[in-house]
Amino acid sequence: MLIFDQSRPGRQGVIPATAPSEALSGLPINLRRTKPAPLPEVSELQAVRHYTRLSQKNFSIDTHFYPLGSCTMKYNPRACHRLASLPGFLNRHPLAPESISQGFLACLYELQEMLREVTGMHAVSLTPMAGAQGEFAGVAMIRAYHVAHNDHARREILIPDAAHGTNPATAIMCGFTVREIPTDVHGNVDLATLRQVAGPQTAGLMLTNPSTLGVFERHITEIAAIVHNAGGLLYYDGANLNAILGKARPGDMGFDVMHMNLHKTFATPHGGGGPGSGPVAANARLEPFLPVPRAAKKGEHYHWLSEVDCQQSIGPLSAFMGNAGVILRAYVYARMLGRAGMGRVADYSALNANYLMAELVKAGFDPAFPQRRASHEFIITLKRQAKTLGITAMDFAKRLLDLGYHAPTTYFPMLVPECLLIEPTETECKEELDGFIAAMRQIQQEAETSPDLVKGAPHHRPVRRLDEVRAARDMDLAWHPASES
Amino acid sequence: MPFIPHTLDDVRVMLDTIDVPALETLFDEIPPSLRISELPALPDALTEWQVSRLMTERAAELSQPLCFLGAGAYEHHIPAAVWEIAGRGEFYSAYTPYQPEASQGTLQVLYEYQSMMAGLTGMAVSNASLYDGASALAEALLMAVRANRKSKSKRVLVPRTLHPFYRKAVRSIVHNQDIELVTLPYDPSGGHTLKEALVPYAGQDFAALVIPQPNFFGVLEDVDELTDWAHRHDLLAVAVVNPTTLAVLKPPGEWGRTGADITCGDGQPFGSPLNSGGPYFGFLCCRKELVRQMPGRLVGRTVDLDGKPGFTLTLQAREQHIRRSKATSNICTNQGLMVTAATLYLSLLGPHGLEQVAAICHANTRMLVELLSAIPGVSQIFNRPMFHEAVLKLPHPASEILDGLLARGILGGFDLSSEYPELGNALLVCATETRTEADLRQYAEALAMMV
Repeated sequence: MLIFDQSRPGRQGVIPATAPSEALSGLPINLRRTKPAPLPEVSELQAVRHYTRLSQKNFSIDTHFYPLGSCTMKYNPRACHRLASLPGFLNRHPLAPESISQGFLACLYELQEMLREVTGMHAVSLTPMAGAQGEFAGVAMIRAYHVAHNDHARREILIPDAAHGTNPATAIMCGFTVREIPTDVHGNVDLATLRQVAGPQTAGLMLTNPSTLGVFERHITEIAAIVHNAGGLLYYDGANLNAILGKARPGDMGFDVMHMNLHKTFATPHGGGGPGSGPVAANARLEPFLPVPRAAKKGEHYHWLSEVDCQQSIGPLSAFMGNAGVILRAYVYARMLGRAGMGRVADYSALNANYLMAELVKAGFDPAFPQRRASHEFIITLKRQAKTLGITAMDFAKRLLDLGYHAPTTYFPMLVPECLLIEPTETECKEELDGFIAAMRQIQQEAETSPDLVKGAPHHRPVRRLDEVRAARDMDLAWHPASES
Repeated sequence: MPFIPHTLDDVRVMLDTIDVPALETLFDEIPPSLRISELPALPDALTEWQVSRLMTERAAELSQPLCFLGAGAYEHHIPAAVWEIAGRGEFYSAYTPYQPEASQGTLQVLYEYQSMMAGLTGMAVSNASLYDGASALAEALLMAVRANRKSKSKRVLVPRTLHPFYRKAVRSIVHNQDIELVTLPYDPSGGHTLKEALVPYAGQDFAALVIPQPNFFGVLEDVDELTDWAHRHDLLAVAVVNPTTLAVLKPPGEWGRTGADITCGDGQPFGSPLNSGGPYFGFLCCRKELVRQMPGRLVGRTVDLDGKPGFTLTLQAREQHIRRSKATSNICTNQGLMVTAATLYLSLLGPHGLEQVAAICHANTRMLVELLSAIPGVSQIFNRPMFHEAVLKLPHPASEILDGLLARGILGGFDLSSEYPELGNALLVCATETRTEADLRQYAEALAMMV
C-alpha cells in the first residue's frame, strides 16, 4: 500500500506553526498555485508506521551479510554517525564565517592530511559528492592540465575493458573519446596493446588497482612508464582502495590523480543509494587543478581555499563544499583506525576474501583466476552450472536472498561469463563467512536435485522476481491522484 | 581491534585453509618495491570515548548564531520523526537497490518520492535524485542540449539572477562538453529578468533558457512570460525552483501556455539539516517525452511472477553501468538517504503543512524587511514581490556590518559585494519559519545600533 492510499482530506501529521491568513497576500495571484499539491494527508503515526514497515522490507548491513563485490559493504560504525550529527556540525550553515568554523575546518584539514598519507599523493580536495563525481574531477583535471600545456591533441582516454561503467561515461563527460584496452588471460592489462595505442593523442589511462577482476595489476610500474613516456597521465579509480590500505599507495605506483570512495573504504553508510563522497587526490603536477573549496591551515588558523586562491582549479562541483556530513563520518572512522588500523583493514579484508575463495573452491566452485591471489574480492564463474544445469549466476543470486544473504555483484565485470564478484570486507566474522559457504553449497545441491526451486527464487522475500520488461514498457514512474489519471 | 572480529584462532584456521603462513603473504602479488610497512604521518588510534571528546569539543567551538542567512541553504524545522525513521539501519546501511526483492523498502520510498516531486512540480516524471541543486542544473542543461531536437546549438541562456554558485558549478561540470552559458542581465529596479533582456537573442540558436523561481535575490520572476518566450523561439524552459515555494507558487508544469520542460533544484529544505552544505539532494523532473534523456536512477512500479505489485529500478539502458560511454551521465549513486528524509518530511507535513511553512517564511521575511528598512540608511533595493529572501542596501560595507552582527550572535545574511558589486553595500537576508518575532526584533535592534 502506498502512503497516498492512506491519505484522508483534512488529516495532518505535524503542524509547523499557524500562519496568519493574510500571510500570502503579497504574492501576485498570477504566480500562485491554484490547487493544493497532491501530497498525502496522514497522521504522524501513520507515516511512522508506514515507513518503518517499508524499512523492514530492506536488506542492509545492519541486518544481513552483504558481499557485494566492488562496493565494500563494511560495517558503518555508530560512533561516526552520532559524532557527525552533533548539533554544532548539523546546524552549521555552509556560508558561516571561518571565525566560528575552526573546529569543523580542523576536521576537514586533518582528513585531507590523512588521505594524503594513505594515498601517497601531494594534495587532496574533499569536495566531490560521490565516486563518480570524484572521477569526473580527476579526469577534468587531466583535461585542464593538457589544455594548460597547449597540448590540445590529447583527446583520448585509455580504459581497460574490465573497468566500471563510470570510467568511460566520465571520460565522455570530460570531452574525451574512449579506447578500451583488453585484459590478458591472467587478468592483467594487455601490455602489448597498451604499447601500441599509447601515443600523442593519449590524454591518460584510467585504472582500478586491484582491478575489478579482484587481482593486483602486477605490471603497474611498467604501465605507468608506458603512459607517461607517451605524454599521458594516470588516473587511479579508488573503488578498491580497501584492498591495499596501508600496504601500497597509488602515489608510489605512478598515478598522477585519483579518487577515493569514503562510502566504501572509510565506512560511511550507503543510505540505500547515497549520499557518498569521492575526494580527489593529486600529485604535485596536478595539484593546481584540484576542485575547490579545500581546507587549508595558516599558523593555527584554518581557512578555505577558493577559486580566487587556486586560479587553475577546475572550479567548484556543487553550490557549497560537498557532502560535509559524510566527510565528518569518515574523519571519525579514520581517527579510530589511526596509524596501525589502516593496514589491518587490508589484512583482514584480504584474509576474508582469500578464505572465502579457498572454501568455495573446496565446495566445487570455479574461480575466474585460479592461479591468482585474491585481493579483497574475487570472482567465481558459474558458466559450468549454467551449461550443465541451466542454473545461472542470477539464479544463485536470487536463491541467496531466500537464505538470508545479499547477493554478490552479478554479471560484472562483463568479460567473465556468469560471474559473481564477491567482497566480504574485514568486518565480517568467520561464522558469517561459513554460513555463506554453507548456503552456496546448499544452492549447488538444489541446482542438481530441484532446479525449479533455484530458478523460481526468491520465494521468501516480500516480492518474487519482478517483470522488468513491463516496468520499462509501462513506465509507471509516479502515483497520480485519481482525478488526473 | 576496532571493527575487526577475528580471534587469533580464527586467523590461524583461515590462513591454514588458504595455505599461507602469514597475513603478509596475502600481499605477495604487490611488487616488493611498492610495498610500504607504515604510514608515519598518521596519528595514533583514538578510542570511541577519545574521539567523542574531540568531536564534542570541535562541535562546541561552533557557536549557534541566530541565522538570517539563506543563499541556497535554509534553516527549517525538521520534525523529529523524519530522522528517527530515516536513520534506521535498514535505510541507513542499505546499498543501491540493484536486487529489488531485497530492497522493496528503499524502492517504494523512491517511488513515493518521485510521485510527490512530480505532483509538487506539476511535471510527469521525477528521477530518484541527483547530488545537489547546482549539479542537478548542470545535468538538466546537458539533458536539454541532448533533448532539444529543434536546436543544434550547445548554447544556453542563464540569467544573472540565478544563484552565482550554481553558475560556477554548472560551468565546471558542462564546459568540457563545449556548452556555452550566455548571461542575461537583470532589471536594476525589479531585480528580475526582463523580457526585453531576451530580445537580442531572438532568432539565434539556443538550446535552453534557465528560469529561477524565486531567483537568487528572493525576487519572483515573470515565469509565464519567460517560459512562453523560450517556447516561441524553440528553446527548452529549464526551471530552477526552491521546493518549499511549490506549496504556494504555480508549479513549473503550469508555467506559460505549456509549462516548463525540465524542473530542478535543491531538495535541502525538505528535511536535510544545513550540515555545512551537504549532504543535500538535487531533484530533477521533466515531461514524459524527455524521460529517456534523463540522468540518474528511476524507479518504476510493476508486478512480480505472481502478479503482485512491486518496485524496481527501470530504464537502466540510460545509465553508465549498462551503456558505459553512451550513458546520459556518469552518475550512479544519488542521495537516497536524503530522499528518504524528504519523503518522510512531506508525508508528515502534507499539503497544508508545507503551505504553512511557506506562508510563515514569506510573512517573516516581509516583517524582517519592514523592521530593517525602518532603520535610517537601510532600504530594500528591489521593488518586486519576493518569497523568503530580500536584498537590503546598507550605509556601510556589508562585511563590516556582518562582523558586528556576528559579535552579537547574529548571522546577518549574505554579502553581495563580490558577486554583484554593482549593487554597492548590499546584503541578502532570509527569515524562515524558525525565526520568531522576537528574533526579528533582535536583529533590527542590533543593526540599528551599528548604522
